Amino acid sequence: MNTPALGRGVVMASVGLLMAFLAIWQWVPAMLNVPSFILPPPTKVWSETVRMLGTEKLLLHTGITTLEVVVGFVLGSLLGLVVGCILGVSPKTELVLSPYILALQIAPKVAFAPLFVMWLGYTVYPKILVAILIVFFPVMVNMLTAIRTVDPDLVNLARSFSASRWQIFRMVEYPMSMAPLFSGLRIAATLAVIGVVVGEMVGGNKGLGYLLVFGEGQGNTAMVFVTIIMLTLIGIAAYWLVVWAERRVLHYLPRAQHTMV
Amino acid sequence: MANPIRIEYRNVTKRFVSGTGTNITAVEEVSLAIADGEVVSLIGPSGCGKSTLLNMGSGLYAPTDGDVLVDGVRVSGPNRHVAFMLQKDLLLPWRTIRQNVELGAEIQGIDASERRRQALALLERFHLRGFEDHYPHQLSGGMRQRAALARTLAIEPLVLLLDEPFSALDAQTKMVLQADLARTLATERKTTLFITHDLTEGVVLSDRVLVMSRRPGRIVEEIQIDLPDRADTFARRQHPRIIEYTRELTNLLDIGHQALQ
Ligand SMILES: Nc1ncnc2c1ncn2[C@@H]1O[C@H](COP(=O)(O)OP(=O)(O)O)[C@@H](O)[C@H]1O
Ligand SMILES: [Mg+2]
Repeated sequence: MNTPALGRGVVMASVGLLMAFLAIWQWVPAMLNVPSFILPPPTKVWSETVRMLGTEKLLLHTGITTLEVVVGFVLGSLLGLVVGCILGVSPKTELVLSPYILALQIAPKVAFAPLFVMWLGYTVYPKILVAILIVFFPVMVNMLTAIRTVDPDLVNLARSFSASRWQIFRMVEYPMSMAPLFSGLRIAATLAVIGVVVGEMVGGNKGLGYLLVFGEGQGNTAMVFVTIIMLTLIGIAAYWLVVWAERRVLHYLPRAQHTMV
Repeated sequence: MANPIRIEYRNVTKRFVSGTGTNITAVEEVSLAIADGEVVSLIGPSGCGKSTLLNMGSGLYAPTDGDVLVDGVRVSGPNRHVAFMLQKDLLLPWRTIRQNVELGAEIQGIDASERRRQALALLERFHLRGFEDHYPHQLSGGMRQRAALARTLAIEPLVLLLDEPFSALDAQTKMVLQADLARTLATERKTTLFITHDLTEGVVLSDRVLVMSRRPGRIVEEIQIDLPDRADTFARRQHPRIIEYTRELTNLLDIGHQALQ
């Protein structure tokens, strides 16, 4: 079987599945007498999207949410990367800090949202802060464990060449940790959206999280649906960006080790 | 002195503290000396402390008692006169084959064009020409182990410590690599301690074979291999006395007796 034929087959199957899904969503609830204010059909969701683009500044809210997700994700990941590296090479630091890290890790991060809103007001900052907090842990933990689980023989190889501690980190431990780091970043990309949305639901009048609460207040299910779809699109874009970066960074791995999901 | 001692173990004992707090004596009172250009094999039951001896030679572990000397100087840590190679190739997956071969020289701060020149020469010698820009996963097990051997030789060590380097290879690949190694050791006059559990391999490659006891490992026998053609394994393999030496080693290791139990 040649690859283009396989590719076309996959595309056709995907499109077919989407059509079937939309058709079922459009007609089956109506046949079962589910009212459209409970489960709006796709046509209703589409017309609501068009309305929101015009009168609800949907793109502006989407843009703000996207910005908060990107900033929160980047800062949280960098922080997780740096702290993960430090704790990875220094078991003593980890031992001293572990109770605090554990407590923070177990605490539900989104519960901090009201606190941050009280501190920082109805701005973008509390949302970004929740995202940073929620993104930080998977990245930090993955980096930490990756550094600790590097094959000791590899470290010994570098040591046998009289490598310094910094050289061992830079030439063996850090690059060896890239694959686990990216698994952490994949999780972090989706968590960043959650953090931002919760922040927006708690306070302010901007972003998709706000639109969710607003739509709920209006009893407008279609509006909530549209917002959920936009949030999902942001999440997918963020996830794909991580997958794309992963492929570039881990280009030396065999093809089969790369996955889309 | 016509033939200086390159590496010497003087009454070396190594004890480990196990997880349960008890002492494990891995090797006990081991003394051995290897002269310049000599190849010595070390055989013994698994777990008898062969790798431990090698790790002390490369300065990765300190002996509990006794001293290891390289070129008359006490080994107090990793040093550039000694290089080791294991059964695992330990190639870094993100480095090309050439960059892997250059690892030691790069750690030691050798000029980029110089180490490149040297790496390419070694790759040529080990039949890896044309693969210098490949990544490790694109190579077969035998080729990877050749690259590891090139990496070991690239720092121009006085002493080579080889820990079962060919034991994971199939029989034919193994024979080709043994031939390459034997030729290189002879032309470069490398002093070598070669750990193996393949008795024929030990006899074919070495000037002397040392036999270790069960743990705590001691050297219980030394057999001089009085055969020609150490540089040419295919010629040496044809020699009728090979079988006598391996039979003697088999008896010493009590392998037949164990098989009956
Ligand atoms: N780092 C270590 N800590 C504790 N015990 C060790 C360590 N390295 C080796 N040992 C023990 O020392 C003994 C000898 O090990 P090793 O030198 O690897 O044997 P061999 O290479 O001959 O199979 C084994 O019983 C092993 O469990
Ligand atoms: Mg061993």
